[in-house]
Amino acid sequence: MNLWLPFAKKSVQERLIREKDNTAESALFFRRAMVMLFLVFLSLLAVAGRLVYLQVLNHERFTTLSESNRVRLQPLLPTRGFIFDRNGVLLADNLASYHLEIVREQVQDLEATLSALRARIALSDADVERFRKLARRSPPYTGVPLRFRLTDDEIARLAIDLYRFPGVEIKADLTRRYPLGARGVHVLGYVGRIDENELRRLDPGQYSGSTHMGKTGVERSYEDVLRGRTGWQQVETNAEGRPIRVLSRTPPTPGQHVYLSIDMRLQAVAEKALEGYNGAIVALDPRNGEILALASQPTYDPNPFVNGIDFASYRVLNTSKDRPLLNRALRGVYPPGSTIKPLMALAGLDYGVVNRYSGVFCPGFYRLPGSNHRFRDWKRGGHGSVGMDRAIAQSCDVYFYDLALRLGIDRIYEFFSRFSFGQPTGIDLPGEKGGLLPSQEWKRRNHKYGWFAGDTLSAGIGQGYFLATPLQLAHSVGVIAQHGIAFKPRVLLATEDPGTRVRTPEPPRALSPIVTKNPRFWDTVIAGMIQVVEGGTAHRIGIGAKYRIAGKTGTAQVFTLGQNEKYNASRLARHLLDHALFVAFAPVEEPRIAVAVIAEHGGGGSSTAAPLARKVMDAWLLNKYDAPPAAESSSTASVPAHGTE
Amino acid sequence: MEPNKRTLWGWRPHLDVPLLLGLLAISGLGLVVLYSAGQRNLDLVLGQGMRLGLGFTIMLVLAQMPPHYFRAWSLWIYLVGLLLLLAVMVVGDVSKGAQRWLDLGVVRFQPSEIMKLAVPMTMAWFFADKPLPPRWPHLLGGSLLTVIPFILIAEQPDLGTALVVGSSGAFVLFLAGLSWLIMGLLAGVLAAVIPLFWTFVMHDYQRQRVLTFLDPENDPLGTGYHIIQSKIAIGSGGIYGKGWLNGTQSHLDFLPEGWTDFIFAAFSEEFGLVGGSVLLMLYFYVIARSLHMATRAADTYGRLLAGSLTLIFFLYAFVNSGMVSGLLPVVGLPLPLFSYGGTSLVTIMAGFGILMSIYSHRQPLTR
Repeated sequence: MNLWLPFAKKSVQERLIREKDNTAESALFFRRAMVMLFLVFLSLLAVAGRLVYLQVLNHERFTTLSESNRVRLQPLLPTRGFIFDRNGVLLADNLASYHLEIVREQVQDLEATLSALRARIALSDADVERFRKLARRSPPYTGVPLRFRLTDDEIARLAIDLYRFPGVEIKADLTRRYPLGARGVHVLGYVGRIDENELRRLDPGQYSGSTHMGKTGVERSYEDVLRGRTGWQQVETNAEGRPIRVLSRTPPTPGQHVYLSIDMRLQAVAEKALEGYNGAIVALDPRNGEILALASQPTYDPNPFVNGIDFASYRVLNTSKDRPLLNRALRGVYPPGSTIKPLMALAGLDYGVVNRYSGVFCPGFYRLPGSNHRFRDWKRGGHGSVGMDRAIAQSCDVYFYDLALRLGIDRIYEFFSRFSFGQPTGIDLPGEKGGLLPSQEWKRRNHKYGWFAGDTLSAGIGQGYFLATPLQLAHSVGVIAQHGIAFKPRVLLATEDPGTRVRTPEPPRALSPIVTKNPRFWDTVIAGMIQVVEGGTAHRIGIGAKYRIAGKTGTAQVFTLGQNEKYNASRLARHLLDHALFVAFAPVEEPRIAVAVIAEHGGGGSSTAAPLARKVMDAWLLNKYDAPPAAESSSTASVPAHGTE
Repeated sequence: MEPNKRTLWGWRPHLDVPLLLGLLAISGLGLVVLYSAGQRNLDLVLGQGMRLGLGFTIMLVLAQMPPHYFRAWSLWIYLVGLLLLLAVMVVGDVSKGAQRWLDLGVVRFQPSEIMKLAVPMTMAWFFADKPLPPRWPHLLGGSLLTVIPFILIAEQPDLGTALVVGSSGAFVLFLAGLSWLIMGLLAGVLAAVIPLFWTFVMHDYQRQRVLTFLDPENDPLGTGYHIIQSKIAIGSGGIYGKGWLNGTQSHLDFLPEGWTDFIFAAFSEEFGLVGGSVLLMLYFYVIARSLHMATRAADTYGRLLAGSLTLIFFLYAFVNSGMVSGLLPVVGLPLPLFSYGGTSLVTIMAGFGILMSIYSHRQPLTR
């Protein structure tokens, strides 16, 4: 054997390879293959021997074990935690409900049984269809559900002669219930049946035996808290596999109760104020980021979703022009319009581009140097000479066109990013959108043309590409109220152990504060916002207020007017009317609430949106509610879909 | 038999009827058992039938290709497989704590499956033109071809597949005539390395499996549960079994997933020692026939590859039946052609396709 072959000269190698002796190698292979065949034989013989050991020598023992093999593990489902508002008003609980099951193995004539049941209770073709589909996939000795949500009446009718139908059983389970119906649905969300996609993602141990999980809203984002932990029990069964006795159990850990920062009274005020509009109101406490009300109109009743909404109703909800399923507060993106002007002013001060007293002459339009295009002011005749206070109070577009141009889009982008524009605020609700804070880079990536100076002007008055959610607006105005101290918005106030009733408050989550070169800049801008309400564009809501408000109106264009056209609300179709916006905080001296209002196609921010914000602030600050707190609603068995207020 | 003889139709398919009959017998029996073990779920049986159809089709297609194609592709398939394995490490999907899958949008795909064929192909390709028995330097070079994918797959971690891939390379070495002395040395090294492997390489769940294997009663509700229930199922079957559809262990859910890795237990419960012996004999028949075909191959490449593919098939059958009957640790290998499940079935059938191609494309030996 030449060990050094690979290092030998090439010619030597080739000679050796040529000399490879096929006959010898074939014989070598044959010997080795025979060795392996012998080993294969021995191995399989060992398995056969093992079978003899198990099946002949120990047959008795294993037969006994098999017959007494009656210990099975069963999952024990935890009870889902309840949801309350900040005052303890019940928003979600669990209700015992009953469904009908059939164990096919014990049924002699399935068709006869089905038609007999049909004569006693309402059974739709869809019910039977689903039953047959499920039955095909499950073994004959397991119960297959036929009808959910049996009424008391139906249970009574069935119970009389259920004994005549072996294999037909009435089973109890817990169904999620939302006693206030549609009220606050965009915060609460709902639970629904786990679908096949979700099943693949979920932890099989924790969700074994589970049928439902949180789908949207708090039900989704706090699923882990509300759900609890699945327990297990060892059950002794008879020979057919039916449980006889519980041997040992690891009880499930029930889900925690959840207290929301929402005040349902304020939520009701906000939702009622918005009635008649599509839109959203977000009210939060700027001192800690707690969401006090988060209204989005229209709303919908979550209860039908729990056990699967029927197709027709779902289609109505899903295809409606008003899109009730859309949570506008988090997922609706709108041009913020003039509501961003206080922040523009703050940016101008912080970058030293303007000061409080520098003024601009407003002739009613603005022209870029070297261009004939007129960027118009909302006020046709113009505002004349304006300084910062008046520019905010009167919402002078020309002042902010000029300011935007001086700042440039890069600095606008940088400054607004600090206030969570263009990115989600991180609220503890699923599906929040980030809106769009335009930048040069963004436009390069998404548009054919690069950034124009005109784009900067539009961005400066919150138009053009600029998009924001109502939550972002409320958050940013809350940060102004706190002179830059910022908190992540949240709806979770506390969790509560259902057994001990010990509450664990959720601490505020502070964001890094926004620092300006001079802390007085905040006061300057707030002074302008006070003038908005006291003599400015929203002076009407200032009348008779028992506290001081700082606010800013906004009107977002839905479509663009031609150069010489005049906006005339009375001549436009409703869906082309401007969006009405208003942001505010109060009281000025010690802010306790920040509000953002958007009424889609509401017309003007001052006429439509501002009064809605005033209603919400009055309710919160002066305790002015339509009805006493609805705490007793938790004890009533059934509450109409739209609450009791 | 004259493999290339023209028939009336002018074309004669390349296949080996005795082997085909053996494979059909095992898979047919598998479908019957699956219906019972899968709790009379027809969807399960239909799905498995479709996979078997696909597997047999692939086998017949591959059998028509002359083996020199496989030889020419060996290294390329191997390199692509290696790249995919590296890709899995970077972007793979994590499923049940292990990173094995590559998501191609339409299908999720397990590159380690390719290596079950690519490693024996490349090893055979490497040794085919070297003098045999292999010399030291060739031995080291060739071993690397096996060790690299073995480590990558074991790291995923996928112990079962790593075992198959590593063994396929070892089988080639053995069939190539690796000297008994070296094998003795290797065995000694292995004995020294195992404790290190145990401490530093194995994951907790793998160690747990070995520990549970040594003493299943230790953990009757956790990992040992499968083995205990599986032994009860087999033992209670007795000599003649409880009869088709009458197994209580699988039907009452004591045997979890009795239609995948533990289908041998469900089978033995219902068909007893008689059925189990018949099945083992069928496997022995298929393996013996395949080894015979390997010895009749035209050249060293064909011999080594065919032999290795046969022994992989044996490895599956032995490891699975050994595991289910409590003879070997719980390693997640299916019972070939029997267990419900997709990817490895297709790989195994592709292997038989290559085997048939090697056997039926022999040229008469001229020296």
